[in-house]
Amino acid sequence: MSAATAKETKNITLSINGQQVLAEKGLTVLEAARGAGIYIPTLCYHPILPPYGGCRMCVVEIEKMRGFPTACTTPAEDNMIIKTDTPQLQELRRNILELVLTEHPHSCLICDRKEQCYPYHICIRKVAVTTGCIMCPKNGRCELQKVVDYVGLKEVSLPYTYRELPILRDSPFFDRDYNLCILCGRCVRVCQEIRGVGAITFTYRGPKALVGTAFDYTLQKAGCQFCGACVDVCPTGALIERASKWEGSPDYVIATTCPYCGVGCRLNLEVRKDRIISSVPAIKGAQACVKGRFGIVEFVHHPQRLSNPLIKKDGKFVKASWDEALSLLAEKLQRYKGDKFALISSAKITNEENYLAQKFSRVVMGTNNIDHATRLCHAPSIVGLTEAFGIGAMTNPISDIGNTSCVFVIGSNTISSHPVIALEIKKAISKGAKLIVADPREIKLCQWADVWLQHLPGSDVALLMGMMRVIKDEGLADSTFVQERCENFDAFKDSLKDFDLDFVEKITGVPKAKIEKTARLFATKKPATIIYGMGITQNSHGTDNVFAITNLAMLTGNIGKPSSGVNPLRGQNNNQGACDMGSLPDVYTDYQRVDNPDIRKKFETAWSAQLSSAPGLTLPEIIEAAYKGEIKSIFLIGENPLLSEADAARAKEALKKLEFLVAQDIFLSESAQLAHVILPACSFAEKDGTFTNTERRIQRVRRAIEPIGNSKPDWWIISEIAKRMGAEGFDFSHPSEIMQEIAKLTHSYSGITYQRLEDMCPQWPCPHKESQGTPILHVETFVRGKGRFSPLIYKPSAELPDKDYPFILTTGCSLYHHQTGTMTRKVSGLNALEPEGLVEINSTDARQLNINEGERVKVISRRGQVTTKAKITEVCPQGMVFMRFHFAENGVNILTNPMLDPVSKIPEFKVCAVKIEKE
Amino acid sequence: MYKQLAEIFKQYEGEKGAVITVLQKVQEKLGYLSKEAISGVAKFFRMSESEIFGIASFYAQFRFTPRGKHAVKVCLGTACYVRGGEEIMKTAEKNLGIDRGGTTEDYKFSLERVACFGCCALAPVMLVDKNVHTKMNLSKVREVIKRYQGEK
Ligand code: SF4
Ligand code: SF4
Ligand code: SF4
Ligand code: FES
Ligand code: FES
Repeated sequence: MSAATAKETKNITLSINGQQVLAEKGLTVLEAARGAGIYIPTLCYHPILPPYGGCRMCVVEIEKMRGFPTACTTPAEDNMIIKTDTPQLQELRRNILELVLTEHPHSCLICDRKEQCYPYHICIRKVAVTTGCIMCPKNGRCELQKVVDYVGLKEVSLPYTYRELPILRDSPFFDRDYNLCILCGRCVRVCQEIRGVGAITFTYRGPKALVGTAFDYTLQKAGCQFCGACVDVCPTGALIERASKWEGSPDYVIATTCPYCGVGCRLNLEVRKDRIISSVPAIKGAQACVKGRFGIVEFVHHPQRLSNPLIKKDGKFVKASWDEALSLLAEKLQRYKGDKFALISSAKITNEENYLAQKFSRVVMGTNNIDHATRLCHAPSIVGLTEAFGIGAMTNPISDIGNTSCVFVIGSNTISSHPVIALEIKKAISKGAKLIVADPREIKLCQWADVWLQHLPGSDVALLMGMMRVIKDEGLADSTFVQERCENFDAFKDSLKDFDLDFVEKITGVPKAKIEKTARLFATKKPATIIYGMGITQNSHGTDNVFAITNLAMLTGNIGKPSSGVNPLRGQNNNQGACDMGSLPDVYTDYQRVDNPDIRKKFETAWSAQLSSAPGLTLPEIIEAAYKGEIKSIFLIGENPLLSEADAARAKEALKKLEFLVAQDIFLSESAQLAHVILPACSFAEKDGTFTNTERRIQRVRRAIEPIGNSKPDWWIISEIAKRMGAEGFDFSHPSEIMQEIAKLTHSYSGITYQRLEDMCPQWPCPHKESQGTPILHVETFVRGKGRFSPLIYKPSAELPDKDYPFILTTGCSLYHHQTGTMTRKVSGLNALEPEGLVEINSTDARQLNINEGERVKVISRRGQVTTKAKITEVCPQGMVFMRFHFAENGVNILTNPMLDPVSKIPEFKVCAVKIEKE
Repeated sequence: MYKQLAEIFKQYEGEKGAVITVLQKVQEKLGYLSKEAISGVAKFFRMSESEIFGIASFYAQFRFTPRGKHAVKVCLGTACYVRGGEEIMKTAEKNLGIDRGGTTEDYKFSLERVACFGCCALAPVMLVDKNVHTKMNLSKVREVIKRYQGEK
């Protein structure tokens, strides 16, 4: 078979219009023709959609085939003889087009003077609504125009009906003018088949047929997620992005990487007159989500962007020149060298900038006190995965997920947090994979789940150990894998004794039988992949949770193989990269430990400096040390600890106590307000660099526009300060030079150069210049040698509900906002879709407390209280309330518990006890 | 609503192709497909409301408004059609002020088309509830409808 397959993928030869065409087997006639540069008109075809064969515009003649087959659905075969442009075909196409145009305004389409026309040309055919091309925003880019031109349609003899439909403007980002719709169905298909949403559909039939929603609901009510995929496939002006509607074509397009979540979608920024007018998926067939598609232009060009350095004088910020600000900084920072200083770097800035930030702390400031927000989301993953497997990152690529047989999602509301990864999960399901979801809340993904385990918050270890006990007892474990590839199994096996299913049922609230059923399902479907998010990590036993997951994957042999693995989803665009670059207190780049003398020596030589051997403080510890007055100066890059730290009130106190606080950011964040000096940084659109996404893929960020105001790239700012402080090794004129230095010191990035990144985005380890990267980790052996099982015991969450604080509060994210909202809340459309933070509460609890929908309530924990609106829901179980963490005005982290996981130092964001009172 | 329809759903557990059958059963039970019913069916089939609505609205047999007090049915079977059934229908539409498939705002009448009543000899035929009106012409249509409109 395999020999045959190899042959089959070989090229075939066709004749198209007398031209010999070479094509790959498996392509359609249309794809073969287009590949050879031969145009066949199409309307319903779109390269990212499965062939549909609806419009019949692509009819061709094929020798030995009867009738007129549609090129978009006919497989190309060897020796086919095809004609695409006979007079008869053109006639057929004209007839079909004429029918289409009875309902599409076409006066301009077939006008014989259209070449001479321009917008203010007087013509009786132009009226206020779009009835002619000249006044259509799609003019010049419309596929219908192209097809009409090609088939040479000059007249429509059938009667024309204008549908007289109102333009629908209920989406904040795009307009829907179904008067221009030709019912090609692309939007419907992309929404149903690619996005798995189905917000829009064909309604009615015959002359009443139209694209729309059930009962003409607004898009939001119909479940639309505003990804814009429909807009991007529409051939006509029916679906149009509102912001760029009248902008026309861009001057140029720059390929870059989305600055929001860890998926790292490749985006094209369309630029006109040094302004970004739109951002669209860069790769053919790739998808984005609402944030990347519609959430960029407005924040980059927001009037509140910081555009000058600011120095606080007598409690007020005063505009300063760069020279003034940098000299002040250089002079002040001299006084805080050593462990009185800490740098809080950012998972938003580039790899190169993170590299410089940690080098600056270590070399110039002489301290390992450097950390960033990954501490608050995935520190347990780094610690746990490193201990179990040898490296703390996703084991498999995102594209693997779509081909798996079983997806186990635990503690990740993937549709909201990583929308484009959720598409892969849906793809797997549509190919027959099983989906297991474990989440206390009935998240959207549950709709597709074969099993939904509604376990109590904080009971993950018990749940997973229960499953593993079943797998072991019933002989479903992959014993070969366990024996050959792993160690410490016996200790782990002994620890399973404590998890008999009655105990597990009691702790988790999930019926025994269901746990058994799930365990069998997971163990028997191969390959299976585990996807997890912050529901696993943000606990006072987060590292144990991660161990439970690594145990499960090893027990079932789901490591080192395609479409299997353990896959922590990183929240921010460059969480992975910031960690790889050593913006962490205990490691240099590539997780090389600062307390290993050999490694330290290597860096001391490379950087010509004395380095501190003591690991520095973690982010929560930095804040605590500031509170206690042990740290006196903090350099804050792009972070907003006032909203992101647990027990935010205490964090604010801590920052206030600092003698010298520097904030470098694109906006004046809540935390930056407390700073002594503010430095305006460039956004991702104004600088070069790289981000490393959640699947370890190193991708370019490219400068698309000039810096806004007097802002500067973070790498430039750090270098300038270092240089002014007399340091050497900060002479860089472009980030590519910084990457050269990184590559020298960082094994897994050794093969990276900017030149190579022009045509590839490898997944690290990419250890030499020939390496194409490593999509799957631990294939032959684990990075650490053998995979290590961890014995576990059940530890309850640090703060459980009691008489005084009867509810469990858990936190999470929204599809429409990101992190502390610094960027997304500047985007009016995203604010329109989700204007404010709410507290979700189960309807039964609401009834008992006599709380109505939308009523203002106080949520009170032992640490503080916030006031917010109540949203009554069935998504949350009884006894639990839920808040999203993006909203400054009712910052949920006033409430959360700063209790740390002892190993990874992550605070317990996911579980704390609260009470609810009416305001 | 979901609970109310659970009885129906139970019989079609796991049958992805049964959307139309289930919609028919739901309409039988409720008389029409309400918003809540569509949302229940969507949930059951794990599809979106729009998709279910799209399927339902493709077929003339499904209605999205409750039936009126009186069901007016005009036969458009072959025999009735050739004898002017379509004109009868248009007149009924005009006099009731609704399209076929619709319901008047006061929920007094709904209007539907049917195919052959089996009394072709008496074509064209129109039904109001259980009463068969035969050999209709335009003025008879107006008259019959007026009669029902007049009642309290
Ligand atoms: S924006 Fe996305 S979710 Fe909404 S209708 Fe279009 S494709 Fe569907
Ligand atoms: S809105 Fe656009 S994509 Fe959708 S059916 Fe109409 S023309 Fe096609
Ligand atoms: S936010 Fe994430 S999923 Fe959305 S476009 Fe950006 S990288 Fe892609
Ligand atoms: S493009 Fe082939 S049928 Fe529409
Ligand atoms: S066609 Fe109308 S009764 Fe037979």
